[in-house]
Amino acid sequence: MTSNIVEIDNLSFGYKGRLLHKNINMVFPRGKVVAIMGGSGSGKTTLLRLIGGQIKPTKGQVRIGDKVVHEQDRDGIYQLRRTMGMLFQHGALFTDLSVYDNVAFPMRELTDLPESMIRDLVLMKLNAVGLRGAHQLMPAELSGGMARRVALARAVALDPNIIMYDEPFAGLDPISMGVICDLIRSLNDALGATSIIVSHDVKETFLIADYVYFVADGEVAAEGTPHDLMQSTLPFVHQFVHGEKDGPVPFHYPALNYQDELLKRT
Amino acid sequence: MHNIHSILFSKIGKLLRNIGRRMIERVWRLGAGARLFFLTILYSGESFRRFHLTLREIYFTGVMSLLIIIVSAFFVGMVLGLQGYNTLQKYGSSEAIGVLVALSLVRELGPVVTALLFAGRAGTAITAEIGLMKTTEQLSAMEMMAVNPIARVVAPRFWAGVISMPILAALFSMVGVLGGYLVAVPIIGVDDGAFWSQMQANVDVRDDIVNGVIKSVVFGVACTIIALFEGFDAPPTAEGVSHATTRTVVISSLTVLGLDFVLTSFMIVV
Repeated sequence: MTSNIVEIDNLSFGYKGRLLHKNINMVFPRGKVVAIMGGSGSGKTTLLRLIGGQIKPTKGQVRIGDKVVHEQDRDGIYQLRRTMGMLFQHGALFTDLSVYDNVAFPMRELTDLPESMIRDLVLMKLNAVGLRGAHQLMPAELSGGMARRVALARAVALDPNIIMYDEPFAGLDPISMGVICDLIRSLNDALGATSIIVSHDVKETFLIADYVYFVADGEVAAEGTPHDLMQSTLPFVHQFVHGEKDGPVPFHYPALNYQDELLKRT
Repeated sequence: MHNIHSILFSKIGKLLRNIGRRMIERVWRLGAGARLFFLTILYSGESFRRFHLTLREIYFTGVMSLLIIIVSAFFVGMVLGLQGYNTLQKYGSSEAIGVLVALSLVRELGPVVTALLFAGRAGTAITAEIGLMKTTEQLSAMEMMAVNPIARVVAPRFWAGVISMPILAALFSMVGVLGGYLVAVPIIGVDDGAFWSQMQANVDVRDDIVNGVIKSVVFGVACTIIALFEGFDAPPTAEGVSHATTRTVVISSLTVLGLDFVLTSFMIVV
């Protein structure tokens, strides 16, 4: 049996003839935390949607275990998704349900567990993210960091094999960021799961990732361990990792000649 | 001259392209709406197996609409009583006021005004809720949990609307008759017995009440599926949800009035 739980082979994806991804190859080994990094609009989240089977590739394939995701029918996709958990960028908590009911939601919908057992499991999951005491609150009463932690508890409610994180650090204060960082690593190791993190936060991602892919212009621009990438001399990686404002990714959006444009006004 | 022709042709071409694009968009939306309707029927099992999901939505769409329906019905009934009496007394048949009020309400005003109020009160709420669920990725989260949003979110709301509408329309007619009675009998002084007996003699169960119920069920299906589709199809932005909510009221109102004409024609002919 292959040690990779998810494999992306020669994947291309695009809309209306314009390719967003070109011949992407990635592997996600069991038990590892793998990050996909790149600038805004580089199609990182789209890769998660391709892995989750929400969209189909134009060419190539995503395999989970021995199953090709886009070849599955609706039931097949749902079977695969039962082994996945996903943390959305803003949590995507159900606003009409309490914290408790949000975490209980996948258990009630997908299992026949009795309510007494669901209660124990929900409290255990909430305890793992430090929010057992907040179980009666509504999502509107939570801070951004707390909402992200509740969403994390909901994502791991059914002990998934694969956990996907879409920008888990975006918009969080430093304390919440540290908490989420720790939780991603510890939940991954405790569940023996594989984590796929999509992020552009270099410091936090490098702290917990075992392996990192850099995506730029629709291709894998670089890959390696965080340590390797920190030392990388590739211009794009160097610019991204060190947060330089100009480089292969230009500061200016393509525009007419500045002087010509100003003179045209007069 | 040649230049004017080419400008004219390009403007006409642009106009035709715009008309064509809008037509294609309308037809596409009609098809997508029909597809959502069929999928909703297909995935309706859960709405009945776990009826508490539908009951919860009946509370939000039906019970929460009660106040506006009852108050509106009361005023509509009173106005009918006043206007009806004003006209009927010219022909010396003011005792027929009970029949006039009852038939107007049961056949037309009950189902139609209820549907229009329902579109404004519950339809907009459904569209805004589903649109916001989409905007905040709640529907995607459900999909990723292997929970079908059509079965879990759309179908219970659909059946809640379909069940609530005939009950609300029946309540509208009942309260409207009461409003008409209050104006005609205690205030104007029409004979109490004549008011009720003429109504009893002239309102037919099959031709009037059943047809009214059929209309309200059809309007319930139309208004609810329009509200659900607009929410489901709304672009995931604040502006998108706002436009979708407006479209729900406009499209539902026009659909109800159009369907009312079609249904009435069939009911009168058959």
